[in-house]
Amino acid sequence: MASTETRAHPHTRNPGIPLDLDAVESITVNRSATERRAATLPGRRTVKKDWQAAWLLRAIQCIDLTTLSGDDTPGNVHRLCAKARNPVNTEILAKLGVDPITVGAVCVYHQYVEDCVRNLEGSGIPVAAVSTGFPAGLSPFRERIHEIKASVAAGASEIDIVITRAHVLKGDWQALYGEMQQFREACGEAHVKAILATGELGTLTNVARASVVCMQAGADFIKTSTGKEPVNATIPVGLVMTRMIRNYQQQTGWKVGFKPAGGIRTAKQSLDFLIMMKEELGDAWLSPSLFRLGASTLLSDIERQLEHFITGRYSAYNRHAMG
Amino acid sequence: MSKVSEILNSMEYGPAPETSQPAIDWINEHHGKFGVFLGGSWHSTETFYTSYCPANGNALAQIAQCGSKEVDAAVSSARSAQKDWLALGGEGRSRFLYAIARQIQKHSRLFAVLETLDNGKPIRETRDIDIPLVARHFYYHAGWARLMDSEFPNYESVGVCGQIIPWNFPLLMLCWKIAPALAMGNTVILKPAEFTSLTALLFAEICEQIGLPKGVVNIVTGDGETGKLIVNNPGIDKIAFTGSTDVGRILRKATAGTPKKLSLELGGKSPFVIFEDADLDSAVEGLVDAIWFNQGQVCCAGSRLLVQEGVAEQVYKKIRQRMDKLRVGDPLDKAVDIGAIVDKVQLDRIDELVKQGVAEGAEIDQPTCNFPAGGWYYPPTLLTGVEPASTVAQIEIFGPVLVAMTFRTPAEAVALANNTVYGLASSVWTQNLDIAHDIAAQIKAGTVWVNCSNQFDASVGFGGYRESGYGREGGREGLFEYLQWKTPTTSAKKPPEIKPTKSESNDLDRTHKMFIGGKQARPDGAYSISLNLTPGGVAEVSQGNRKDIRNAVEAADNAALGWANTASFTRAQILYYFAENLEAASTQLKNALTQRGHSEKQAQEELEQAVERVLHYAAWADKYEGTVHQVPMRGLVYTRNEPLGPVGVIAPSDSPLLGFLSSTLPLIAMGNTVVVVPSEHNPLPAVELYRVIEASDFPTGVWNIVTGFQAELEKTIAEHDGLQGVWHFGTAEGGSLTQAASIGNLKQTWCQLGKTIDWTTTPDQEWLRRATQVKNVWVPYGA
Repeated sequence: MASTETRAHPHTRNPGIPLDLDAVESITVNRSATERRAATLPGRRTVKKDWQAAWLLRAIQCIDLTTLSGDDTPGNVHRLCAKARNPVNTEILAKLGVDPITVGAVCVYHQYVEDCVRNLEGSGIPVAAVSTGFPAGLSPFRERIHEIKASVAAGASEIDIVITRAHVLKGDWQALYGEMQQFREACGEAHVKAILATGELGTLTNVARASVVCMQAGADFIKTSTGKEPVNATIPVGLVMTRMIRNYQQQTGWKVGFKPAGGIRTAKQSLDFLIMMKEELGDAWLSPSLFRLGASTLLSDIERQLEHFITGRYSAYNRHAMG
Repeated sequence: MSKVSEILNSMEYGPAPETSQPAIDWINEHHGKFGVFLGGSWHSTETFYTSYCPANGNALAQIAQCGSKEVDAAVSSARSAQKDWLALGGEGRSRFLYAIARQIQKHSRLFAVLETLDNGKPIRETRDIDIPLVARHFYYHAGWARLMDSEFPNYESVGVCGQIIPWNFPLLMLCWKIAPALAMGNTVILKPAEFTSLTALLFAEICEQIGLPKGVVNIVTGDGETGKLIVNNPGIDKIAFTGSTDVGRILRKATAGTPKKLSLELGGKSPFVIFEDADLDSAVEGLVDAIWFNQGQVCCAGSRLLVQEGVAEQVYKKIRQRMDKLRVGDPLDKAVDIGAIVDKVQLDRIDELVKQGVAEGAEIDQPTCNFPAGGWYYPPTLLTGVEPASTVAQIEIFGPVLVAMTFRTPAEAVALANNTVYGLASSVWTQNLDIAHDIAAQIKAGTVWVNCSNQFDASVGFGGYRESGYGREGGREGLFEYLQWKTPTTSAKKPPEIKPTKSESNDLDRTHKMFIGGKQARPDGAYSISLNLTPGGVAEVSQGNRKDIRNAVEAADNAALGWANTASFTRAQILYYFAENLEAASTQLKNALTQRGHSEKQAQEELEQAVERVLHYAAWADKYEGTVHQVPMRGLVYTRNEPLGPVGVIAPSDSPLLGFLSSTLPLIAMGNTVVVVPSEHNPLPAVELYRVIEASDFPTGVWNIVTGFQAELEKTIAEHDGLQGVWHFGTAEGGSLTQAASIGNLKQTWCQLGKTIDWTTTPDQEWLRRATQVKNVWVPYGA
């Protein structure tokens, strides 16, 4: 059980605050200005050479290594766990002079939670379960609550819930707040990540308001996407969510984590997100306690870049172990 | 612990240097010494001066200090090249401009690195902003070259242009000057700023490479003395200047009375207005682009923050946090936000002004920065607790220094925004459409950026109101600075003598007062001018003096806002009604014309033409519309053709009725108010107009007519800081004096310098263009 273990990524949980509707409804986001900042951010900051290598290792440490497919079997889930334990070829790590590292967590459907917990025993890698009728989040409410409890009972220490998009699209913040609160309560000691499915929320203002409501209701992390929406983690959406996290922290003192997920496939993208975290939130958010990257194929690209850094030759995918 | 391990702990940004080697190699190829590019080839000079790298203070290159020999040679080669360049035609010129654009793109990184070395601005800015804008500007004007003949039939090339540019955007300012000039068939002598000549010299090499005809572009380097030689060279037809308002005044005075066209893009203290409903995080990011772009060394920098009181503390806090994240340092580092100040002189000035601000009570915030050794750096700075009366709120600091004030209501925001002698740009942040467009309309500035800042595009004219200068650069509106209007002139008719003869008339004596603030007013000085009349007899008109002008300007100023905001349809209706009343007063008006020498037939003709002229401007009053520019952005950039405000008019002495109305009506139709001085040779038709005006529903103060001697009154008018423009149709000396005397508030002047206009020609849009100033409002949108 999570509660009896020392957490891999400790952080003081956000207990939430009473729903503050004024704070929610007064938020407006200017899309063009946000996109302008997002577009120039990667041009304003960059990391090179040793710094790039170190930052890429940090990106790996923040990955929620994920498989969420209809055709998942124990076989490919085991493979994923093995990769989670040893995300980078030991030879590469040795040349970088870095101790062994692991990814941030493994993220699977409830079906494979127990398997993963068993597989990852002793590694310190937490298992995250997507839950609450993922990805649409439209199964009967009682079943959603039940699903959370079942995953926690199976050993998941992190639960990635999906919110009811309709609450956001209808502006029913009370309903969203209530739902989120109950999800969190059902999680118990397990940390809860609120997936906003931003690609289905229509506007950046909705993304901002949903972020704030979920934080007020006690989310430990806010997460962009399920990976199943047509548009997933983008920098403009990330910018809006991180700014809301910053405002919430200044208002309440609580630090909430951020998890972009879906569509992050390249090492460059992972660096862009890390840079955004450092710029908008600060160094505290450059650790898996407050930052995760939901991804599956990203790791392979990062490995190739690390190998290039060491050898000076461009690498190929087949040179690195599959996850 | 390995280096990577250490970084993994600290998560610092490391160095990310852009190599300067290709640029250094280029300088070395020239043995670190550059001659002057004139007549298509390179020449040496007697003296050279050193150009330094602001990032480390090291000498970069030896630059030619050009004197009169070089300037004269450049002018004569530009002169001899101009005819053929024009004759090449729009298509031919277009191909050369296109080639320049392509070459700039092909060598973009060399240009960017060289610019950063020479100027000290971050490589991100030269690479991502300056150089792409330069290429875009040449492409855009390559298009205009082809369209010149068909689009501007009433205009011709100006000829030889002298262009003087500043050091803050060396290559960008070069292209803003050269691209439109070349497109419109002119040749140029360009002087880069003495601190930053290198990219202009690299540009000259590109001109060589593409085979640009010799003498079309001449690059003459040097300091202010070289600039002076250009300004005073009689072989130059136009001076275009970007730089400080003080130098702008000197140039206006120096070129006064000469046929030189002049465009000035000067200083600013641009307001950055944040309303409480704005996206505050985005607004703060907008401030980064506004005041921490190019170390704040930007004429249109949003340097004066006006924030709504209720959110002020919140905004200040966000700004302080954001400032902490700004990275100041080696401009060649790709992850640096603020580079070096261009020169120690500038650094000292910034420092001095900030100290003065603090001494006057401002609270200062500056993050701790570690500057590289040897260079000239200044940290991002926020000054709060600043009042409009503070020095730092009024003076252009030209550094990374933001001064902040609060406002309570939209009206107060506008009042504070306009409480400046400048009017270059502004930025307005709100999520409310009503507020955005309303404030954009009211701010007196050539550019309004709604929810953005420091956006530029070749298709959008950039330039100032008030003491920020005149003329536009970019867009269709910018082309007129490089075009000469084909003035419909005629040979002057000698005005009738004023000499009085003895009155033999038995008519009742008439008192011709003046028309000020909607009332007929007696002259302050209580003198009259006597005019002999053709059938015999004498008419006496009031002899106005400087106090009458003062009163008239006050009335015109009071009426200006209301008349500008009067619906153009209403203005049109009033003008139609005015035409009606004019016709009804035909007997008196014809009489006023024949009394001073018109034949009956001439008087009848002039009256008919006058009525037609009023109808012409009534027709135009609601049709001279703005456009929507096609910028590469999701959003609108719309043009407002706004009136100048109160304008002085020295009316022509020929065609005393038609000329008087033709020189005044375009201003009134476009929403300006006027103070007109009719010619003393025959003010009688103007005097007869008082009653017609009174009967025609013009609001009080729209027309103000002061009779008297033009030579006595034109100086008061030209010097009056309450007037935003002067149109001068009087004597050449008077026009010259007007231009020279306009420098107090740098009002726009349009002086014919003795040219007599053929008033019978139907006026074209040049009149309306002159009666308005272009404001461009940028409104990005996105649901």
